Amino acid sequence: MSLRSKDLLGLQDLTAEEIGLILDTAASMKEVLQREIKKVPALRGKLVVTLFYEPSTRTRTSFELAAKCLGADTVSIATATSSVAKGESLKDTARTLAAMGVDAVVIRHSAAGAPAILARTIKASVLNGGDGMHEHPTQALLDMFTIKEKLGGFRGLKVAILGDILHSRVARSNIWGLTKLGAEVRVVGPATLMPPEIERLGVKVYHRAEEALEDVDVINVLRIQRERQKMGLFPSLREYTRLYQLTPARLKLAKPEALVLHPGPMNRGIEISSEVADGLQSCVNEQVTNGVAVRMALLYLLIGGGSREALD
Amino acid sequence: MKLLIKGGRIVDPLQNLEGEYDVLVDDGKVAALERNIKPGAGVEVIDVPGCIVAPGFIDMHVHLREPGLEHKETIATGTRAAAAGGFVAVAAMPNTEPVADNASVITYIKEKAAREGAVRVYPIGAITKGSKGEELSEIADLAEAGAVALSDDGRPVMNAEIMRRALEYAGMFNLPVIAHCEDLNLSAGGVMNEGFISTILGLRGIPAGAEEVMVARDLILAAMTKGKLHLAHISTAGSVQLLQQAKERGIKVTAEVTPHHLCLTEEEVVGYNTNAKVNPPLRTRRDCDALGSALAGELIEVIASDHAPHAAEEKDVEFDFAPFGMVGLETAVPLVVTFLIRPGLLTWKQAVAAWSSNPARILNVPGGSLAPGSTADITIINPAEEREVDVRRFYSLGKNSPLQGRKLYGWPAATIVGGRIIMREGEVLV
Amino acid sequence: MPLVEKAVIMDAEKLRRTLIRIAHEILERNKGTDKLVLVGVRRRGVPLAQRLQSFIEQIEGVKVPLGSLDITLYRDDLSADTKPALSRTDIPFDLNGKRVVLVDDVLFTGRTVRAALDALIDLGRPECIQLAVVIDRGHRELPIRADYVGKNVPTSRREEIGVELKEVDGIDRVVIRELTPDRSP
Repeated sequence: MSLRSKDLLGLQDLTAEEIGLILDTAASMKEVLQREIKKVPALRGKLVVTLFYEPSTRTRTSFELAAKCLGADTVSIATATSSVAKGESLKDTARTLAAMGVDAVVIRHSAAGAPAILARTIKASVLNGGDGMHEHPTQALLDMFTIKEKLGGFRGLKVAILGDILHSRVARSNIWGLTKLGAEVRVVGPATLMPPEIERLGVKVYHRAEEALEDVDVINVLRIQRERQKMGLFPSLREYTRLYQLTPARLKLAKPEALVLHPGPMNRGIEISSEVADGLQSCVNEQVTNGVAVRMALLYLLIGGGSREALD
Repeated sequence: MKLLIKGGRIVDPLQNLEGEYDVLVDDGKVAALERNIKPGAGVEVIDVPGCIVAPGFIDMHVHLREPGLEHKETIATGTRAAAAGGFVAVAAMPNTEPVADNASVITYIKEKAAREGAVRVYPIGAITKGSKGEELSEIADLAEAGAVALSDDGRPVMNAEIMRRALEYAGMFNLPVIAHCEDLNLSAGGVMNEGFISTILGLRGIPAGAEEVMVARDLILAAMTKGKLHLAHISTAGSVQLLQQAKERGIKVTAEVTPHHLCLTEEEVVGYNTNAKVNPPLRTRRDCDALGSALAGELIEVIASDHAPHAAEEKDVEFDFAPFGMVGLETAVPLVVTFLIRPGLLTWKQAVAAWSSNPARILNVPGGSLAPGSTADITIINPAEEREVDVRRFYSLGKNSPLQGRKLYGWPAATIVGGRIIMREGEVLV
Repeated sequence: MPLVEKAVIMDAEKLRRTLIRIAHEILERNKGTDKLVLVGVRRRGVPLAQRLQSFIEQIEGVKVPLGSLDITLYRDDLSADTKPALSRTDIPFDLNGKRVVLVDDVLFTGRTVRAALDALIDLGRPECIQLAVVIDRGHRELPIRADYVGKNVPTSRREEIGVELKEVDGIDRVVIRELTPDRSP
C-alpha cells in the first residue's frame, strides 16, 4: 500500500488507512532514530527543500533532520534571505525549485492554501508544514503517533483540544485525523476563539474547561498568541489563564493516566502550568522525537523508492 | 440606414408588451414595432427567430479601470466586453487612479468613451474625496460634468455622519447614492463568506452581518434624509429582509444583485480558487435563493454585474493576497438565463426590467423601452444557445472568471446601439 | 502471466535436515558459539534464524543471540509503486566484535545481501559477517557468495523460488514456479 497523492496537504484528504500506514511506517523510523548511527540511505540522492515563509525553527529543523536521517540532501529557504523578499511570486519560486530538480518541498506559509498552489504548479511532492489557519498535518500526525504509541489506538478515546481553536491549524488537522480513526474529539476555548460551525466536523464544543476535560484520555493544549488579546478576542491573559490554563487541578479531572500534548513552543504559566508541562503525564519531549519519525515516514512514503517522473 | 429585426419575441416591460413583433429601426430610432413588417428596399434585415428582443441592457455597476489601471481593463476593452455581453450601456465606478472624485476625471472618462468606447458609458462620481470617506466630493461639479450617480464602491463610507450628509447633498441634484454596504470592523481581514467552508479552508470569514448592519444603517439614513439610496450588490438573505421591511415602511430605496451572488455559492472557493474571491463574498445556497425570490418579487429592481477585471498575475497568488473581484459582463446574461429563467424562477419580463428600464430610471438615463420614437438601443438574446464559457474569448482584459468551462444557456445574439449593430453572434463589430 | 508451480524441491523433512546441517556447519566453522549471533533478514530469514538458533541450542546447549533486520530503507531496487511495508529492525545486542551469521531464504542477485550488509555495518562493527541461505539460485549481480547453502538450484530468470515456512505460509516446503504465458482466451 502507498499514499494516493504525491503531496501531503492536509489530513482532510487522507483516508483512515493512509493515516494508519503513515503511523506504522513512523514506528519503524523511530527505531532508526534510536540507533547509534541515525542514518539510512533510503533517500540517498534526493533533494528536499524547506521553503518557510513564516519563522519556525522547530518544524523546519524536524523536517531537515528527518530528511538527513534518510540520506537526503536538504536546502533551506527562508523569506528573509531569498528572492521571496524581492517580490517573487510563489508560483515563480516553485518553478525555480522545480528547475533545480527538487524531489520534495516542505512549505510553511501564513496564507491558507499556499501549499495547494505549490502542489498544482510542480511535480515534486509538496508537504504542508503549516498554512495559515488551514492545516498542519505533520503536527497532527505526530500527536496521533504519540497517542497510538502510549494508548494503543484511537477508537473510543476522548481527546480534548484546549485553547485558541479559531486560529489553530493544529486543531483542524487533529480533528480531521482523530475523528477519521474513531476518537471522540472535544474542543474547548472561549466563544471568541471558536471557528464558526466547527461542530459540523463532528466535534463537541465546550466553553468550560472543567466540563470538557472530564474523563478524557488526551489533552492537547494549544499555544495562545498574545496578539489575539490585542485583537479583542479575550479581555486579558490573566482571565484566559484563570479560565483555560491546564493546571494540576484541571488535569485531575481527566483519566488518571491521561496524556498531555502541546505542539510547542509553550507559554508556561499561560496556557499550561509549569507543573503540568514538566509532569509525568506530559509528552512534550517525546512529541519532538516522534515528529522526526513521522516526517521521515512521510518523506519515505512520498519520495522514497524509485524515482518519480522527471520534473517539469 | 434602416434595420428590420424580424421574428423575435419582444419583451418590453415599460409598455407591458410581450409577443412576436418586428422592430423597424430608422435613423437610430425605433420607427415601428408591429407584427409582420414588410422589408422595404434598402432595409437591412436580421432574422432572429426564437430570440428575445429587449430594450438595450444597461449594466449599472462596472469597473472599467480607466484612468490609471489600464493593465486590468480600459474603456475600449471594457465596453467591447459589454457589447459582447449584450449591454448597450455601462455605468463606470469611480475607483480609478485618480479616483473620479472631480469633474476633470468625469470629463476625461466621457471623452475617452466617446472616442474609444463601443457602448454608452455613464460615469459615477465618488461620494467622498479620494473615496476616503472623510470629506464630500464636489458633488455639484460632478453632476454638471455628467456623473449619473455617486459611490465609494469597494470602500464603504464608514462614518454614518458623512453618509447622511452625502444623501442629503446628493438629493439636491437628484443623484442616487450607491452604497457598498460593508462594516469594515466586522469584515476585517476576511476573504470569503464566514461559515463552515471558511472554517475548513482556514480562511478568514466575512460574516453576513458585516453587510447587514450597514444595509440597516443606510436604510435608516435614507429614511432620515429622503436621499436616493441604491444598495449595491446585496448578497445575503438578511439584507433582503431588511430591504423588504424598509420598503414596507415606505423608505425610498432601490437595490441591485449580481448574477454571481444569485447563482454561485461559497463552494466555488474550495481549492482556493482566487477567481471566486469577490466582495461581497459568494454566500450560501440559502442566500442565493432569497436573492432570486427578491428579484422575482421585484423587491430587488436591478441586476448588475460588478464586472471587476484584474490582471492574471494579480489573481495568480495565494488566496489571501489576491484582489477581490471577478469579471461579469460577458457571462451575466447566460448565467441568469441558466440558473433563474430556464428553471422558471424568473420571467423574461422581470429580467429585462432589471437590466433595462429599472437601471435607466434609477440613473435617470435614456433607455428601457422599444416604443416607437425611442433610441434604438436593443439587446437580442438566443435563449436556446448553449455554449461553454471560454475566458480566452473574452473581450475583457480580465480573465478572472470562476465560470471557465461551465456550460451555460442563453447567450446574447446581438447588441444594437443607436440603431447600429455593434455585436452579432458574439463578435464585436466596432 | 501467471506463475505455475513446477516442482517441490524440498518438503518439510528435507528442510529440517538441511537446517540441522547448516547449524552444524556454523558451529564447525566458528568453533562453537563464542561471539556467535544470528540475524534474520525480514521476512522469511527471521523464522529461519529462529530455527537455526534452536538447533544450535539442541546441539551445544547454548542459546545464541538472535536479531532481525529490516532492509527496506537500504534497498536500491524499489520502484515508487512496489513499496514493501516497512517493518522494524530489532537487534537486542551489541554487534561490535560479534561473529554474525546473516540468515535469508534465497540468494539471487545479491542485492538484498548488499543492503543487509550496509544495514548491519551502520548498526555496529562485527568481527565478521557470514551468510546462510536455504537456496542459492544463481544469477548474481554483485560479488557476493553464501558461506552456508542448503541447496544450489540452477534456475532460469523466468523461474521463481518459493521458500514457504509454517510461521508465514502455514506449510514448510520449497517450490519452484515458472512464469508461463497466459493461454486462456
